[in-house]
Amino acid sequence: MTTATPAVRTSFPWRRIALHVGCLAALLVMLYPLAWLLATSLKPADEVIASLNLLPSRLDWSNYSTALDGVNDVSVAQLLGNSLLIAGGAVVGNVLSCSLAAYAFARLRFRFRGPLFAFMIATIMLPHHAVLIPQYIIFNQLGMVNTYWPLILPKFLATEAFFVFLIVQFMRGLPRELEEAARIDGCGPFRSFFLVILPLTRPALITTAIFTFIWTWNDFFTQLIYLFSPEKFTLTLALRAFVDASSQSSFGPMFAMSVIALLPIVLFFLAFQRFLVEGMASSGVKG
Amino acid sequence: MTTTEVPTAAPPKRVAVPGRPARRRREGAAWVFLSPWVLGACVLTLLPMAVSLYLSFTDYDLFNPPSWVGLRNYTQMFTEDPRYWRSVVATLTYVVIAVPLQLALALAVALALKSMRRGRAFYRSAFYAPSLLGASMSIALVWRAIFNDGGTVDNLFGTGGWVNKPGWALFAVALLTVWQFGAPMVIFLAGLLQIPGELYEAAAVDGASRWRQFAHITIPMLSPVLFFNLVLQTIQAFQVFTPAFAVSAGKGGPADSTLFYTLYLYDRGFVASHMGYASAMAWVLLIVIGAVTAVLFRTSRSWVFYASEGDR
Repeated sequence: MTTATPAVRTSFPWRRIALHVGCLAALLVMLYPLAWLLATSLKPADEVIASLNLLPSRLDWSNYSTALDGVNDVSVAQLLGNSLLIAGGAVVGNVLSCSLAAYAFARLRFRFRGPLFAFMIATIMLPHHAVLIPQYIIFNQLGMVNTYWPLILPKFLATEAFFVFLIVQFMRGLPRELEEAARIDGCGPFRSFFLVILPLTRPALITTAIFTFIWTWNDFFTQLIYLFSPEKFTLTLALRAFVDASSQSSFGPMFAMSVIALLPIVLFFLAFQRFLVEGMASSGVKG
Repeated sequence: MTTTEVPTAAPPKRVAVPGRPARRRREGAAWVFLSPWVLGACVLTLLPMAVSLYLSFTDYDLFNPPSWVGLRNYTQMFTEDPRYWRSVVATLTYVVIAVPLQLALALAVALALKSMRRGRAFYRSAFYAPSLLGASMSIALVWRAIFNDGGTVDNLFGTGGWVNKPGWALFAVALLTVWQFGAPMVIFLAGLLQIPGELYEAAAVDGASRWRQFAHITIPMLSPVLFFNLVLQTIQAFQVFTPAFAVSAGKGGPADSTLFYTLYLYDRGFVASHMGYASAMAWVLLIVIGAVTAVLFRTSRSWVFYASEGDR
């Protein structure tokens, strides 16, 4: 009886249709919070709380004009600039320092390579909070609290081991003959790294750059403890100011600013989704 | 000595040249490449870990020099601080609810997408998107509004706002984690697509039902990926901060039900300026995460199947 079922099932298209219907339904549920956010940010003030309709009765852009004024006399343009500065610095730092370390681990031989590699992997699992307080004390001693240094400097020191691992995995897949050819042509390790290996590692570097950007952009905890002057705030920290202000009149502008804060991530996702999904897939399977 | 040494990977092209200086130069080059990482590992990882271990035995408020108090932070934490235990219970409850739900959904969707020919890439990307957006403050605020009194969930089910009910607020935060099932799903799907199709064909010829194929082929072949996702998501769940902060306006309420460990650590260290106490909390977290990871690795020997290890 059971032997007949596989043949029957494949001949019916119902299964495939049901699959698509199920996936589309799941997608609608999942996209609901995003639709809700966009719709609420465009609602007139009296509908933000009271109305049960998802869609606004008319498009009202006043929430956005209020949001553009910013928080604590700091404009959204400046908040956006601050967020971009931190995320951009983090991207440059991570790509540079992680690819350097990854090349050493993937290709060069040196003493204690095995134990150091194991240690590097272990730091991927290390909870951020275990080192947070002393790091804060160190940066406090250096007079760097309430500057962007504590947010950017660690990225130039390859502290995000996940990306070192990602790039190591990628570099191991490159043929060794390339460097041997470069060495015969007289390239030292530095020239063969910059001229031969780095250009070929581009997909892994792009994945690193995009993830670093998005994670830094979304980061809240680190910015919360290191930054306290409103003019140094990022979009994320400005949104936090709305968390405290629970007055309902600020609801509309709060969600308008939320949309502005999410926009770069959405754009990045749409532009680079292939790199993101492939990068995430390879992190778990080839490893 | 140089002649007896066996070259491990590089072809012996440079044997004619005296080997030692060249090798030393290459070793030196490796350390140049490594130097940023070594500096970061020493100054921003190892040193802070040592310092926080020391501080956990002291009273320290950032302004006055730390004063040694022995084990008092730890004894206070374990015996005299009910809020500490509430934060432990909240965190463990959250991990136990959120991680299995998230992974089950991720696996179910990955299985559905695996048997799909058209549209797989589209769904994979679309389901993955929340994993990138979900960590943001924006989404955390949306979550608070949807699960608030008069929010969507209240209107649909008439349950009232979850974020104001002690038993329910945690579940709202857990659902935000479940919503981000895309990242483990993508990893599951990649793992599923690597399972050789011949295995299923052979099983079908032998008359194995779909369920038996799932239990005896899919699960064992997928177990390394399952294990990877379990470890990664568990560690991440222990450290969740932003949604609990947003849902409770940074206070961990109602009735400390969303006072996650990290939130309480932030409260003790950076709001109340008890850096010694917060350091002790951080070390307990480190040890617990280490222990959980070790247990997962140990039990993995009995249920994770690595195809390369042999013929079963």
